[in-house]
Order: sequence, then C-alpha cells, then structure tokens
Amino acid sequence: MTETTETIKTSTGRVLRTEEMVVNMGPQHPSTHGVLRLEVVLDGEIVVDVIPHMGYLHRCFEKHCEHMTSYQQVVPYVDRMDYVASMTNEMAYAVAAEKLLKIEVPERVHYIRIIMSELQRIASHLIAIGTFGIDMGAFTPFLYYFRDRERILELFEMTCGARLLYNYIWIGGLSHDLPPGFIEKTREFITDFKKTLKEVNDLLNYNEIFIKRTANVGVLPKDLAINYACSGPMLRGSGVSWDLRRDDPYTLYDRFEWDVIVGKGEMGTVGDVWDRNMVRQREMWESLRIIEQALASLPEGDVQKAIPKRIRPVPGDAYGRVEGPRGELGFYIVAEDSVTPYRIKARAPAFVNLSVINEISKGAMLADLVAIIGSIDIVLGEVDR
Amino acid sequence: MGLLDQKFESSNVVITTMDDLLNWARLSSLWQMQFGLACCAIEMMAASASNFDMMRFGVIPRATPRQCDVMIVSGTVTLKMASRIKRLYDQMSEPRYVISMGSCSNCGGPYWEHGYHVLKGVDRVIPVDVYVPGCPPRPEALIEGLIKLQEKIRNESLVQKKAV
Ligand code: SF4
Repeated sequence: MTETTETIKTSTGRVLRTEEMVVNMGPQHPSTHGVLRLEVVLDGEIVVDVIPHMGYLHRCFEKHCEHMTSYQQVVPYVDRMDYVASMTNEMAYAVAAEKLLKIEVPERVHYIRIIMSELQRIASHLIAIGTFGIDMGAFTPFLYYFRDRERILELFEMTCGARLLYNYIWIGGLSHDLPPGFIEKTREFITDFKKTLKEVNDLLNYNEIFIKRTANVGVLPKDLAINYACSGPMLRGSGVSWDLRRDDPYTLYDRFEWDVIVGKGEMGTVGDVWDRNMVRQREMWESLRIIEQALASLPEGDVQKAIPKRIRPVPGDAYGRVEGPRGELGFYIVAEDSVTPYRIKARAPAFVNLSVINEISKGAMLADLVAIIGSIDIVLGEVDR
Repeated sequence: MGLLDQKFESSNVVITTMDDLLNWARLSSLWQMQFGLACCAIEMMAASASNFDMMRFGVIPRATPRQCDVMIVSGTVTLKMASRIKRLYDQMSEPRYVISMGSCSNCGGPYWEHGYHVLKGVDRVIPVDVYVPGCPPRPEALIEGLIKLQEKIRNESLVQKKAV
C-alpha cells in the first residue's frame, strides 16, 4: 500500500490519513467475462491503476499447431481460440494459409464464407451487447438477443452440424455446401431480426439510466487508440474510420455496398463506452446488408474443388488478416519443408484491445470499471490463447 | 397449485419422510455458481437464456460460492486456474455438488495430449458428481446432466446416520 500525498484535515485540525488500497477483481467475477483477473488500485472509490493478470485460460495454441500432423488439423484449435466467433477465426486462418499455398478458391466459397462470417459477427455482437446490458443492470436485452442468436446457431447447425465450434471453413474450401432451404431461412431470419434490433435499440441504448452509466465513461481518445493498436469497434468507437473489410479487402468484400460505422459522441465524448456499444449495434445492420446482397448474387460452383489433397507448402511465411467482430485478427504462419507448420502466431484483437484498459480507466469510479471491461468485449480464450 | 386450489374445508396433513421432503426442496432449487471458464461457458449461458431456460428447474445463477449448491465447471481448467477452483469449491457450503461440463473438464479434451498448461480433468482437484460429455455439450445435454444430478439428490439421505 502506498500513501497519497494529499492530506485531509478535519474541522478540529486533525490530519486524516488516507491510503490507497488494492482490490482483487476476478478470476471468478460475473462481469469480467471469463477468467480475467484485475488488480485494481483504489483511492477511495476512484481507480488509480488497473493491472490485468492473464493466463488463466492459456491453452497452448502454438504448441498444438506445431504438433499437428497437417495444416488442416489446426482448424479446430483455431475455432477454440475466440469461441464466440469461430467462423471468423477459421476464415482468418484460411486466408493466411491460402496466401501461403497460393490457392485460388472458387467464388461460391468466397460468398459463403462472407455470409457465414457476417452471421457470426452478428452472433458475437449479440453476446457482447447482451452481456454488456447485464453488467449495466438490464437483463431483458440479453434474453431478446439470445433468442435471436439461437436462430443464427440453427442456421450454422443446418450447414455443418455444430452450434458453436464448426470446423467448417477449410483451407481451400468448405466442409459442406449450403443445405437446401438455407437461403430462405436466412432471409426469414433477417426480416424477423430487424424488428428485434430496432426494439432492443430503443429499449437499451436510448434508456436514460443506460446513457447515464455509459456516456462520458472510459473515454478512449483517437490518438491513444491508434498508439495502442486497438482495432475493431474499439477503434471505430473513437472516431477512426478503419475497417479491414474496406481498407484491405480480403475475399470479395469489395463487391458489396455497406458503410463503416464510427462513433460520433452523440451522448457525450467521442470514444466513450456508449459509442463503442453503439458501433456494435449499428454494425449489425451493415452485416445484414452484406448478407442480403451476398444471398442475392450467390454464384454456383463446387465448394470443395480447390481443397488440396496434401498440404506441403514451400518454405516461407505469410500473414493473413481479417476483420473479426473484435478487430484485426491475423495469423502469421511460418512454413518449413514439412507437412506441419513450423510456427503459427496469432494476432489476437482482444489481447491488444485489453492492453489499453489501464489508460482509459484511470480516474473512473470502481463501478464504471465494469462498464469499461464490458465495452472492450474481451474473450479470454483469445487473450490467453 | 391448480389441483389443490381451494378444494378443502380445512388445512390438511401430508405424510412423508423427512428425507423426501428435504430432498424435494433441495433438488428443486439448485443454485448454480455463475462462473464461466471457456467455450463451454457460452453454451451454459445459452442454457440459462431464453430458449432453454434452465431457471425452470430452479437453477438460479449466483455470483458468490457461499450461496451456491452446484458448481458447473464449464470449460478448460488450466493449472493456474485449478488452485482457484479448489478454493472456490472449498468456499461452498455443504451439501455441494459439481457438474463437470465438456471434455476439457472431464479429461482434458482436445488439449489432452499437448496441453502443457491444461489440467487433465477437474476431478483431479475436486470431486465430480456428474460428467457431461461433448465439446461443447449442447444445452440439452447440460440439462440432462442436471436432471441426473437431481436423481442423485433424490436418492440421498441427509438425516440418517452413515454406516461407519
Ligand atoms: S470441451 Fe470443447 S467447448 Fe468445452 S471448453 Fe473444452 S474445448 Fe471448449
């Protein structure tokens, strides 16, 4: 414990000693979204310092990559990294591996991948906003959003048989083509989902209590966000218009029409918690737009045509990156002359975004720290890997 | 109480055993420790959300171990986390139960072979009552596990002396 320099005097002239104290938050805490542990230094109720401790979910991802017997076997482990957005993880790995192997995949595969990863982005944002609502004391949006998330999971289950961890996007193709009825069911979902989206938006984001709790809290200024290499809704919430889908188009994102959402500081300062949450909320509309366009122009083709029989790349390296729900997700693959990767390094957006927590929560109240953690939207599987 | 609603002239007496009464009460309000570890925790969340609604079995998530009856270990237990889980388990009051959800906490799951930082089964640190297989188990599977636990509780006896 350290003493603060400030002295407080009572009316009789006695000096009161004030001390900073350390509070331990987590690893079992309902609002740390997993097993994050924060060491919080407090002055009264004001946060002085936040030191995140990680590693409670370190599952040896890199070690597994080195020990698999082929590049394809890495995919299930990639799934389990960011377990609320498995499709985008697979997509990032596939993009990197295809770059390394110089594989051209058919157009239909690209389209299906885009549909899947946008559906996944919606599913992930639904969890993010739902649980964030719980942290702020609003339970209803969670129930509404989980109801609709189940419908997305049904679509995934129809396609590949799994609800959460898919192993669907393979290097060079997909494990299954779209099942019959998928397109109609997706369209149906989109129509219904738009209603929920609007309803919950009115219920939650413009609720007076919610605004009071989130506006002007945890402000992340533009330059700080860039210096810390934040990405995804964290960065866009601070007013930086940067989205890999537009600025470094992978697969066929340049064919679709949609907007990059940025925070504008409608309820307070640009880059506060409200802005970050709102970016996620509005991004779901854009994802719906992309899915609609992709469904309308889905080309025909064989989704397994380009899958290589045996993967043995020429020695070298490649970095592939995609815009995941949490930001720039990249895989750096180093290949030697063998059928297994020499090393795979993941650039995990949640890990990078979490690093800024100390800067943005200094001076906040302890209760606001919960709002700040919720708005970063971390997934510990990805932070610790 | 639709069947019994205002059907009788005076209040009635029900004859049952102490064990049955206690067990009936205990198994119908199993409070669960709200504590997610990894991927399986997302399915646990789905199980308590709208579509599956675990609360209809009396399972209410609580944030502190001291109020809980059942701990659902949902996900990969790493070596660093294992000592914390043991400690949380010790803080729960008796009678307490543990459901191990998913392959990871059953036996190490996909991290069984090369996971140098993964505990190969949570039963190495705390006793487990019900194992739910799957990676991740579906919410239905978790609910099945819960019903199995209720069966177990139904056949227990809290009041009888244990044979030594
Ligand atoms: S059993 Fe599978 S889904 Fe569950 S925590 Fe382990 S890897 Fe994740």
